[in-house]
Amino acid sequence: MRNELMDNVETSTPVSTNRMRLSIGPSHPATHGTVKIDVELDGETMVDAQVEIGYLHRAFEKSCEQGNYMHPIPYTDRLNYVSPLICNFGYAQAVEKLLAIEITERCKYIRVIMSELSRVTDHLTCIGASAMELGAFTVFLYLMKAREYIYELIEDVTGARLTVSYVRIGGVKADFPWEFEKKTRLALRKTREVLDEVDRLLTKNRIFYDRMRGVGVCTPEIAIQYGITGPFLRSCGVNYDVRKVTPYLVYDCLDFEVPLGIQGDNYDRYLCRLREMEQSMRIVEQAFDRMPKGEINVDFEGRPMSAAEMRDLSKFGATEGLLRRSVNAEPTLAGSERVFSGLVNIPERKVMLPPKEETYSNIEGLMNHFKMVMTGHGLRPPKGETYTAVEGANGELGFFVVSDGTDRPYRVRCRPPCFPTMAALPHFLIGYSMADLIPTFGSVNMIGGELDR
Amino acid sequence: MNTPAGGFFTSRLDKMIGWARKYSIFQYPFVTACCGMEYMATACSHYDIDRFGAGLPRFSPRQADVLFVVGTISHKLAPALKMIYDQMCEPKWVVAFGVCTCTGGFYDNYATVMGIDTIIPVDVYIPGCPPRPETVLDGLMKLQKKIQNQPQMT
Amino acid sequence: MELGVTLRKLKEKFGDWLFDVGQAFGDDFFVAHKDKVVEISRFLRDDPDLRYNFLIDITAVDYPQRRPRFEVVYHFFSLPFKQRVRMKVPVEENHAEVPTLISLWEGANWFEREVWDMFGIRFSGHPDLRRILLYESFEGHPLRKDYPVNKRQPLVGPKIS
Ligand code: SF4
Repeated sequence: MRNELMDNVETSTPVSTNRMRLSIGPSHPATHGTVKIDVELDGETMVDAQVEIGYLHRAFEKSCEQGNYMHPIPYTDRLNYVSPLICNFGYAQAVEKLLAIEITERCKYIRVIMSELSRVTDHLTCIGASAMELGAFTVFLYLMKAREYIYELIEDVTGARLTVSYVRIGGVKADFPWEFEKKTRLALRKTREVLDEVDRLLTKNRIFYDRMRGVGVCTPEIAIQYGITGPFLRSCGVNYDVRKVTPYLVYDCLDFEVPLGIQGDNYDRYLCRLREMEQSMRIVEQAFDRMPKGEINVDFEGRPMSAAEMRDLSKFGATEGLLRRSVNAEPTLAGSERVFSGLVNIPERKVMLPPKEETYSNIEGLMNHFKMVMTGHGLRPPKGETYTAVEGANGELGFFVVSDGTDRPYRVRCRPPCFPTMAALPHFLIGYSMADLIPTFGSVNMIGGELDR
Repeated sequence: MNTPAGGFFTSRLDKMIGWARKYSIFQYPFVTACCGMEYMATACSHYDIDRFGAGLPRFSPRQADVLFVVGTISHKLAPALKMIYDQMCEPKWVVAFGVCTCTGGFYDNYATVMGIDTIIPVDVYIPGCPPRPETVLDGLMKLQKKIQNQPQMT
Repeated sequence: MELGVTLRKLKEKFGDWLFDVGQAFGDDFFVAHKDKVVEISRFLRDDPDLRYNFLIDITAVDYPQRRPRFEVVYHFFSLPFKQRVRMKVPVEENHAEVPTLISLWEGANWFEREVWDMFGIRFSGHPDLRRILLYESFEGHPLRKDYPVNKRQPLVGPKIS
């Protein structure tokens, strides 16, 4: 009945429509990050879309060329600031490949665990933000609560919530703290509860389903044409996950699945991310089970001195009894002591900084440290170039590092995973109604830092 | 209100308006980068910025009182920031959130603005890369103090 | 050194156009003449034994001391055979132009725009070669080694350098 009426209206009075141009961004609540999308509207339908990026260009690649090989690590934190640890490890892996060094087994597990935790935070944020934009504010609050659990874990290990700079070439900054495994398992349990709640709130929610299903459809052909990777590619059924296809670290010993979608629409992408988090948590738990355990207990009975105390004593010439006494590192450096460091980091002194207590207490350690961080000294990979890919939260995150044999990287190139996806964005917008822009854009999970670098 | 009694009256009124203003901050989050993650954490239930009356983000500069500049501002983005600031109605305040907005941080290169105070005036600087949510709340309280203590009816 | 199937096939087919073929740090690479970029890429993509269906990345490296000065670097990935290969194309400074790959992969569009923006290397046949990360009024190409790292060109605000 209603349709008939509509038909009549259309045939009797043809409405002349003017096309309208609308700019969304660069500062718009739905463009989390800064990007500008110029759409052309015919009524409610988008007929053209232009994406303009670069508003967060911070010269990552140029900055990396300015210092030594450790210098880019803090910059890599800020590439994908939702999952900084993966970027950290990706960069370190590229340099390690140049140096042809193999990190220790325990360190590999640590890196796997931390990457997967990071991936969970990334997907939590992505789902939370895109659900919020569709009006599901509760979901956002729930997911942020879950993210907070994991941030606390990350903070325990790295000392920072977001900008972690946890990796070192040849190892990591510090081993896991006391009882970390227990805390992690608890946090994962709580996260699972939240995810379960969110699943019940969203997955079969009529409004959510209608807004997501069949919207922003991406075909495998388009995805491959553009070089899209990650959950976005997998949601259209292409099974490409760097962790499976070209395994790095210890991913080949762990048992996990790669969730695939069928239709390649927003809903599939949402489901892929949701399932992927579960897989990530499985990986973390398995890694804890399989991780080579070391004797990680610091003997407090021996009463090592504090570094400051030792320094003060030696200032007044009382160096007699100081020889070979062990020292406590500063509390802020907890976890980087000799016992920890020996287990996790490679013993190669040309690559790793020495444990902090050695830096503070003996001349060899101090000189070692000094040589590593001075301009003109430090790490010198042989001449050459490598490309290393890891599975970032958004897809293949690659680092192309060129060394000219000096202590500075000649060129560091980051292959940003959401760059191709943003390039293809108009394909997922054109033909849909204006309101569909929000969920589609949300499911791209654009991260300004890695998109514009 | 220039009568002798008016002095007393206006100063009381001033205080009252200040009190009202400082607890009803409508903020415009100009979120660009990593600091946004901490901004989100601050706004959500764990840290709950709503306790300070600043829980309601307004995404139109014309409705906002406080501009939160969160994250690195590049030269490409700077004109947009300036335009948004110009569109806000008086009285307005600006919070520089994170060291990138305070001084440019460690991005000392061709692409970034070295501190947004080269473009727009700033009231409160919140340092940190990114600032912890506690620092943000501290900065917010400083801003509230500033709002309370300034003359309201100019 | 044993060359992989990709490099062997390439050598057979395009031997005269390749300056160098080899393996370094576990990555396969070859250096190709810029006139053959499109043909080689098409061959890599369509050959049934190779099927490099992903164009992963396009970037460039600037070597001011070398002649030719620039090197455009392509990374391909073959999902069916799980192989990666790197193609490097030397480019002269005064004639910095490489044929575009848009006809093969649409994703090349933005990558090429970025190389143009950062290095000033043109891509002939590119339909829309504009700056992508920087703004139109920006002068110079920042990732060239002779661009000072903190030479700013502000749009608003004080003109500091
Ligand atoms: S201050 Fe630090 S965390 Fe904040 S935007 Fe700048 S780099 Fe990112």
